[in-house]
Amino acid sequence: MSFMDRAARTIFLSELISGLGLTFRYMFRPKVTLNYPYEKGPISPRFRGEHALRRYPNGEERCIACKLCEAICPAQAITIEAEPRADGSRRTTRYDIDMVKCIYCGYCQEACPVDAIVEGPNFEFSTETREELLYDKDRLLANGDRWESEIAANLAAEAPYR
Amino acid sequence: MPETEIKNYTLNFGPQHPSAHGVLRLVLEMDGEVIDRADPHVGLLHRGTEKLIEYKTYLQAVPYFDRLDYVSPQNQEHAFAIAVEKLLGLDVPLRGQYLRVLYAEIGRVLNHVFTVCAFAMDVGAMTPMLWGFEERERLMEFCERVSGARMHMNYFRPGGVTMDMPAGLADDIWAWSESFPKFIDDIEELLTENRIFKQRSVDIGAITAEQAFDWGFSGPNLRACGVPWDLRKAQPYDCYADLDFDIPVGKHGDCYDRYLVRMYELRESWKLIRECLKKMPPGPVKVDDRKIAPPPRAEMKHSMEALIHHFKLYTEGYHVPAGETYSVVEAPKGEFGVYLVSDGTNRPYRCKIRAPGFAHLQAMNLLCRGHMLADVVSVLGSLDIVFGEVDR
Repeated sequence: MSFMDRAARTIFLSELISGLGLTFRYMFRPKVTLNYPYEKGPISPRFRGEHALRRYPNGEERCIACKLCEAICPAQAITIEAEPRADGSRRTTRYDIDMVKCIYCGYCQEACPVDAIVEGPNFEFSTETREELLYDKDRLLANGDRWESEIAANLAAEAPYR
Repeated sequence: MPETEIKNYTLNFGPQHPSAHGVLRLVLEMDGEVIDRADPHVGLLHRGTEKLIEYKTYLQAVPYFDRLDYVSPQNQEHAFAIAVEKLLGLDVPLRGQYLRVLYAEIGRVLNHVFTVCAFAMDVGAMTPMLWGFEERERLMEFCERVSGARMHMNYFRPGGVTMDMPAGLADDIWAWSESFPKFIDDIEELLTENRIFKQRSVDIGAITAEQAFDWGFSGPNLRACGVPWDLRKAQPYDCYADLDFDIPVGKHGDCYDRYLVRMYELRESWKLIRECLKKMPPGPVKVDDRKIAPPPRAEMKHSMEALIHHFKLYTEGYHVPAGETYSVVEAPKGEFGVYLVSDGTNRPYRCKIRAPGFAHLQAMNLLCRGHMLADVVSVLGSLDIVFGEVDR
């Protein structure tokens, strides 16, 4: 009996036809692809994207040059130099992130005691040359100014978990 | 006419061949279209992970484990976290254990969906790959929501996990799990009985249980030979002992059985994910030990002691008592082990990584000998090789 059954299935191509039928049915399902530059997938408040240096609401930069991010960075992508400013407060004179080395592990934002360095929601920062990915302090602060509203909202959303 | 001996033809398969699964260079000695000898050349993706880890603190070493087997990063982190916990003598809180098992099983689904679909594509079926990636996309979204990264999660830490899962995520994973069995059924409908798929996989690359032991097989590849060996059952870690699941085994140890075992394991992982969500207890997700796990941010902002702990942990890290351990987890590909030697400082003295893919790859010659050239991709696809972990 099982021989007859198998022979019939072999002759009538049953599994091939049912497979084709299945793919045919899938054709009428809603599309799952996104039309990328115009449509984007959702990202959560925890997303670890491009780095940004934040400021306080009064415009003062948050970073106090404690160098925790430099110490924890597994890829050693962060370079910081610091000295006291004219008003006596300790600030960075140099804050570079080599975005080519960075592995986006999120340790820098975890380590930062003042929420100055964060990995923001931006993931579209590809460049045409390598040099453009060696971020300096101005670039990071500019990122912070540009993404501040999103970053602040994300940090507020994440506050209960951190 | 006298018979003349023709010299074997040597064929270079890879490293840029799309079905070489990354950067495998396979030197094949061919007798016509039949393989006489398969000689895998590895090391093209060597990054020196083990040596690099010797120069990192225990916390900094975690992201390196994501980058070994990049198809299921969570499971590698799990092995390292367990190894460090064993040396430190830590007990992870129950919720942390459940979160880790939940995400380890999500990693297993990520891996098996990819492997089965890539295997199908290697033998000529394009459709499962396209559908599989939709499912992987959903799962990677869950990974992103809990850790902030879709693949290289960096979520499991010695002592627990980084953060608790956000509100609403458990419901979304549950909603996903409602629709997942339909996906497995669809893939099975396309492949399991399909004559082309069976012609390419049944009795190809068959291996007996003894041979599998001799060559250090583990995971689904060993289970396909009929050996019910699974580290989750044999030496349960985290909360696997409290969970109910079955171990599927194959019969013939050929490519088709390896495929079937993986499909069945997908269903078992689905069961485990649902069970974890059901049983997920409330409570802390990492150890309440300020010498190991950093304090919560709110506390760090106003408590001097917490701030000191925070600074200490992110600069020097923690010191692990001298000793050595070999800790294993059942990674989707097989037994993933971390042999960790500590000399009492804040950095591992030695961290040897036992990658299952490496052991499986060395059996290529045994599995391929006597088969046709086209069967090499079948064998390779069914063995589930990822070069991140083979070359380390």
